[in-house]
Amino acid sequence: MALSLCNLVSRNSLAPLPIGRLLLSTRGLQTFSLPDLPYDYGALEPTISGEIMMLHHQKHHQTYVTNYNKALEQLDDAMNRGDPSTVVKLQSALKFNGGGHINHSIFWKNLAPVNEGGGEPPRGSLGWAIDTDFGSLESLKQKMNAEGAALQGSGWVWLGVDKELKRLVVETTANQDPLVTKGPSLVPLIGLDVWEHAYYLQYKNVKPDYLNNIWKVINWKYASNVYEKESA
Amino acid sequence: MGSFCFHTSAVPSSHLLSGTDCTYGLGGLKLGNLRKIPFSRTHKASKVLAFYGLKKPPYKLDALEPYMSKRTLEMHWGELHRGYVEGLNKQLEQNDILYGYTMDELIKATYNNGNPLPEFNNAAQVWNHNFFWESMEPRGGDMPKLGLLDQIEKDFGSFTNFKEKFVDAALTLFGSGWVWLVLKRQERRLEVVKTSNAINPLVWNDIPIINLDVWEHAYYLDYKNDRAAYVKNFLDHLVSWDVATARMIRAEAFVNLGEPKIPVA
Repeated sequence: MALSLCNLVSRNSLAPLPIGRLLLSTRGLQTFSLPDLPYDYGALEPTISGEIMMLHHQKHHQTYVTNYNKALEQLDDAMNRGDPSTVVKLQSALKFNGGGHINHSIFWKNLAPVNEGGGEPPRGSLGWAIDTDFGSLESLKQKMNAEGAALQGSGWVWLGVDKELKRLVVETTANQDPLVTKGPSLVPLIGLDVWEHAYYLQYKNVKPDYLNNIWKVINWKYASNVYEKESA
Repeated sequence: MGSFCFHTSAVPSSHLLSGTDCTYGLGGLKLGNLRKIPFSRTHKASKVLAFYGLKKPPYKLDALEPYMSKRTLEMHWGELHRGYVEGLNKQLEQNDILYGYTMDELIKATYNNGNPLPEFNNAAQVWNHNFFWESMEPRGGDMPKLGLLDQIEKDFGSFTNFKEKFVDAALTLFGSGWVWLVLKRQERRLEVVKTSNAINPLVWNDIPIINLDVWEHAYYLDYKNDRAAYVKNFLDHLVSWDVATARMIRAEAFVNLGEPKIPVA
């Protein structure tokens, strides 16, 4: 791999070979940037206010991206210096900020304005799978709402698919832990952000109202696409 | 920190020194160890439904403006804190074993050595929020004086260094939780600790001196996502070093902080 070759070249050679230079420049650190929202900030009104969408996207998600990039740079540096204790120390910042970036990137795709299919129930294989595994779409929603209401502190409620067992699951994760921390074969389909920043300005303390309403803007088309890809 | 009482109005106890063991009862009868007693001989033996009341902050709800708005206090104290109290009472109605505890004891018991019972979250949050309102005062901030300042300088190097550590803890706390200035019993020193969700230092048998709520609901209405500005305003304008000093004085009755200065004859 370019990385190890480059390390070999830069560590063991005394004179910087031109080939080493070339490899060094291609081994850039991959950093990330804030993905655009596929709709306007106000497009999910009145379910989620434009103010929340703007703060959530421009401030919270952007902060996760910025801090993730910072942590990645520090990790890169620590790895090059061969500093294992810094590498290990950075893991919680990577998990938190990287997880925040991953989770929110999925979340924006999980939502859609009503006039672009938000809230329309899933059809096809995902719809059948939901009926099989949960009885009905209603009972799935109730289950996820109950898990969300019971979640203490900050976290996410997920509808995911277990690639190995070929089954749908409902899971919760704390803070910004991605769904994969609950099982390596779990793939997220729908994530509901139950951090207070996701609803507080609009719904205040009434988290259950937020959870009941958010289904009106859930983009089941995206979830169906992911599900069909994973079940293929 | 909650009042163990038979009515919901705020019991007038000294907010500086409210702590363990405030068990009241019928005409001074100590109810600490009793589970069920008949309310009156003329009625059938009825259950004593001991419950906790919502304590008012020691200032008006708009007294902390502009650093913490009246709106925030109305929501945070009036709805969320009240919700925790009512939730706790509902849980206690169904669970006899937990009658008769003081709030501090209830927290340790329901923490269950790291495997918390369902009542823990409500009990701890009731305590944490009581402690929080009392940790603040209108026109607070500034610096601690005398003994507490000496202890802070001894354990942190300087007051500025303590503030930096406190701010750092608040900003690196991932998710929801609390930041504490705590007197550690074993180490016999002040430290800044951060805890997740509802956890508080009582479960490790340490003595809290001040706390700061960094759940998003505590600052979102006033500061949106700017946690740094919130923490700065707390330290510069809200924290009550008078209350902290009183708590420290009480803590020194339990922790030996150093050699007494015995003059050589």
